[in-house]
Parts: sequence; C-alpha cells; structure tokens
Amino acid sequence: MSVEAREARQPWILLSPALTAVTLLLFIPLIFIVIYSFWLRTATGAEQVGFYLDNWREVLSDRFYRDILLNTLKIAAITTVVCALMGYPAAYFIARARGNKAILLLLLMLPFWISYIIRTMSWINILGVSGAFNSAMIWIGLIDEPIQMLYNETTVILGLVHFLLPFMILNVFVSVDGIDTNLEDAANSLGATRWQAFVQVTLPLSLPGLAAGGLLCFVLGAGTYITPLILGGPTDAMFANLVFEAIITQLNWPLGSALSLMLLAVLGGLVLIYNHYLGMSQLAKGLG
Amino acid sequence: MRGGGRMGWNLVRLWTLFVYLFMFMPVAVVVLLSFNASQFGSFPMTGFSFRWFIELAQNEAILRAFRTSIVLGLLTSAISTTLGVLASLALVRYRVPGSNMISTFLIAPILVPEVVLAVALLLFLNFLGINKSFTLLLFGHVIFTLPFVILVVQARLVGIKRDVEEAAMSLGASPVQTFFQITLPLMLPAVLAGALFAFTISFDDITGTLFWKPGGVETVPTQIFAMLRNSISPEINALGTVMIIMTVGLPLLGVAIARRLATKSGG
Repeated sequence: MSVEAREARQPWILLSPALTAVTLLLFIPLIFIVIYSFWLRTATGAEQVGFYLDNWREVLSDRFYRDILLNTLKIAAITTVVCALMGYPAAYFIARARGNKAILLLLLMLPFWISYIIRTMSWINILGVSGAFNSAMIWIGLIDEPIQMLYNETTVILGLVHFLLPFMILNVFVSVDGIDTNLEDAANSLGATRWQAFVQVTLPLSLPGLAAGGLLCFVLGAGTYITPLILGGPTDAMFANLVFEAIITQLNWPLGSALSLMLLAVLGGLVLIYNHYLGMSQLAKGLG
Repeated sequence: MRGGGRMGWNLVRLWTLFVYLFMFMPVAVVVLLSFNASQFGSFPMTGFSFRWFIELAQNEAILRAFRTSIVLGLLTSAISTTLGVLASLALVRYRVPGSNMISTFLIAPILVPEVVLAVALLLFLNFLGINKSFTLLLFGHVIFTLPFVILVVQARLVGIKRDVEEAAMSLGASPVQTFFQITLPLMLPAVLAGALFAFTISFDDITGTLFWKPGGVETVPTQIFAMLRNSISPEINALGTVMIIMTVGLPLLGVAIARRLATKSGG
C-alpha cells in the first residue's frame, strides 16, 4: 500500500469506533422505532407485528395529545423568552465587564456542573409550604397561613428557566464577546448614543448567539419530563411525560414509539430549520 | 448622553447581580438547610448539625446508589473519552472529505431530544435481547456523553501545533513513539477535560437513566427522585450538598490539574 493511501485511511480508522457507536446506538434504533410505531399492542400485552396505522391515528387525531403538545410548545416558548430577557443583559455585562470577567465566567459555568435534579428540587425549599418564602412572610407578619405556590405551570416554567438560563447566557456571551468593541466606539463617535449603538450595531451582530441560545432553551425545555414531575401538579404533564407514561407505566411500546417520533418530528424540525439558516457552528461554539 | 449611558450600564450591572442571585440562591438554601438540626427539611433553622450527613453515610440505599453512579460514570467516561479522542484526532488532524457532515453526525445524539434517544435505545436493544440492565445504562450513557467529549476535545486539540511532532519525527522517532511521547502528553489536558465532562454528565443524568435502569438499581439522581416522592427531608438536602461538592469540586480540581500539566509541559 502506498504512503498516500495509508495516510488517507488513517482518519477513517480513528473515526470508525465513534461512527459505529452513533450508528448502532442512535440511528438504527431511531429507524427501529419508526417500524415499531406501526406495530400493535394486543390485549394480552404482546406485540402484534405488522403494519397498523392505529397508533398514528391516535397520536395525530386525539385532542388530548394535541392539547398537551401545544401546551408543551407554549411552556417552552415562554421559558425561552424569559431566558432571553433575563440572560441577554447578563451576558452583555459579562462580555463587556472589565476586571473580574474570569470570576463571572466561572460562576456562569458552575450551574452547568450543579446537578439538574438538585437545582430543580431546590425550589421546593424556597417556595414550599414551609420553604424560605413562606417562613419569611409569616415571620414578618404579612401572612398568617403559608401560601401554596408550588405544583403549577408557573413553577414548572420557573424550574425550566433556572435550568436553561446558563445555556442562553453562555451562547449570547460567546457571540457578544466576539464583537469588536471598536464598532460601538465608532458608532458613538459618529453621534449615536450608547443605546443607539447597542440597538443598531451590537444587538444585530449578536443575534446568532441569541438564536443558538434560544434553540437550546426551546428544544431542551420542550423535551423534559422531570421538571413537571417535580415542580408541576397532576395536570401539568408535558409531551415527554406522555412518552414516559406510555413506555414505562403502560408498557405500550408501539404507542410510545409513535409519541416519541412525534416529539422528534416537531423538535428535530426546528433544529433542521435552524441548521438550514444558521448552521451548527454557533451551537458548537457555545457548547465547546 | 454620557450620564444616560452610565446609568444604563449600572442597570445592566444590577440586573446581572439579580440573575446570579436567581441562579445560586436556591442552591445555597439547599446547602444551608442540610446543616439544619431540625427534624424537618425546612425552615426555621434550629441549629447547626452534621446529623443528616451522618445519617446519609449510614443509609445503605444511598451508598449503593453512589457506588452504581461512580462505577457507571467511570466506565462511561473511559469508553466515550476513548471514542471521542480518536474521532477528534481524525477531524482535527486530517483533511477528511465531508468532515462537516461527520461532525454533525457525531453530535447528533445531543440534537435528538434525550427522551427520544432513550426510547429508541431501550426498544432496539430490548429487541436484540438486551433488557433493562447495567449494560443498557452504560450504552445509553456512552452515546449521550460522546458528543460532549468530541466538542470539548476538538476545541482544545485545535490549539496543539503539529511542528513539535514533525520535529520529533524528523529526529528519527517512529509515529508510535511520537504519539506516546509527544502527542499524548500535549493532548492530556484535552483528554482529561473530556473524561471529566463525560463523568459529570453521566453522574448527573436522570432523563435517560429512568428509562434504562432495571428495577431495584438506583443511581444517585434517581435515588433523589425516588426520595422526593415522599417529601423533602433534610437527608435529601444533605445528599444534594454532597452532589454539589462532587460535581463542582471535581471539575475545579480538573481545571487546576490541567493548568499544572500545561505549565509543566511549557504550554
């Protein structure tokens, strides 16, 4: 074998374990559940192999599923907007701060390392009946009886914002940090106020970061089932909870497959649209 | 005009402070309450005590969950770091046709919602005869952590220059010698960062884990989740504090080690 041929084969040898893993553990399983979603679960609990449209008919026409899907998208959208409103100014501050930028960045990375379930359940300590808020209010004397604030849609959104905010801040930060400050200075010297310079120069240039952060918040938010289980009430199920119910509780795997694919179609569709217009490089920057 | 800008900036500063408070206050309360002497896992603080940590250390179920999580995390980390480092080397060091598509393909496991990944893997491996088991958990954690390892390692590999390797080769070192004596030591911080990242993600995962774990086996997050079903006890807060120390302390330690290695090797 020639040297060039060996040189050309080497990267493929290095890549093959990872490519094999992703193929065997992600792509083939995805194709498999497409097939599975056309099978049927019989009354005995066994699976009837074949080509049945029943699961899909149920998923696509049942109002129950549609309402929960729409509600899930609504919750994810609100979460994303709140993350953007809270996160953008903070990211801008970190990017433009002089001095202790390193500490601010380290503090920003910390929540990524702090356990998701701990961060989610920590709100029970704050908002619960005997949590910090109620205790403080009773102590001050503003209320006599603790207020029930937990276990509703608002606390689900609160938990999601708390979980996803660092993703937003990091992505916006990466993008604002990459903008040359001379551009703002130039705008200022041409007579723009700092606010005008921000709105007309920095903000448009940072939109890719905002979009990347927004996509992450939306997709991760819409795909969660743990937050509603911990911070939501009985009626606050999100779409992923339906998948969990079908697969783990009811053991109706064909239906669960169809529900999973439905979620994948909606969220995967968003990722594809994003990828088409903006590409994956911005996302990779924020994650890496 | 200048005064307006200054005030605006101060508002942004205040807002940032608020955002940081929002992110850290609930976590701080968990740590605070874990030292509460009171019977219940809530306010008021009745005194300072280590009793919940002692009870934690005597709780067989929690210790078992810790062992499971640590073994799973270490194995996951070893496998996905190996796969990830090899793939990153190929992508950074060679001109591979279609490398952009390959990159996207390799990070696909985090572009697909984790619930969907969890279902697909569970059903497919079950079809192949691998039931809910530690093996399934391991496969799941490997595929889910692999993209993160690739992203982190790739980002750091870019910074390593090929000159040093070429110099070694031109001085007569074989490719294998060059790899083990030059490339690997230079790559070590990147490899460690990837391994650490994989471990913490695996250690913290619950979304996929709840689908893949067999009955009776708990990892630390699923154990906390099961305990939350009852009510929030001071034990959970203590466990949370231990988790926070582990998941925050380990990366910080890792960063410190990486710094030391980097300065030692003159990087």
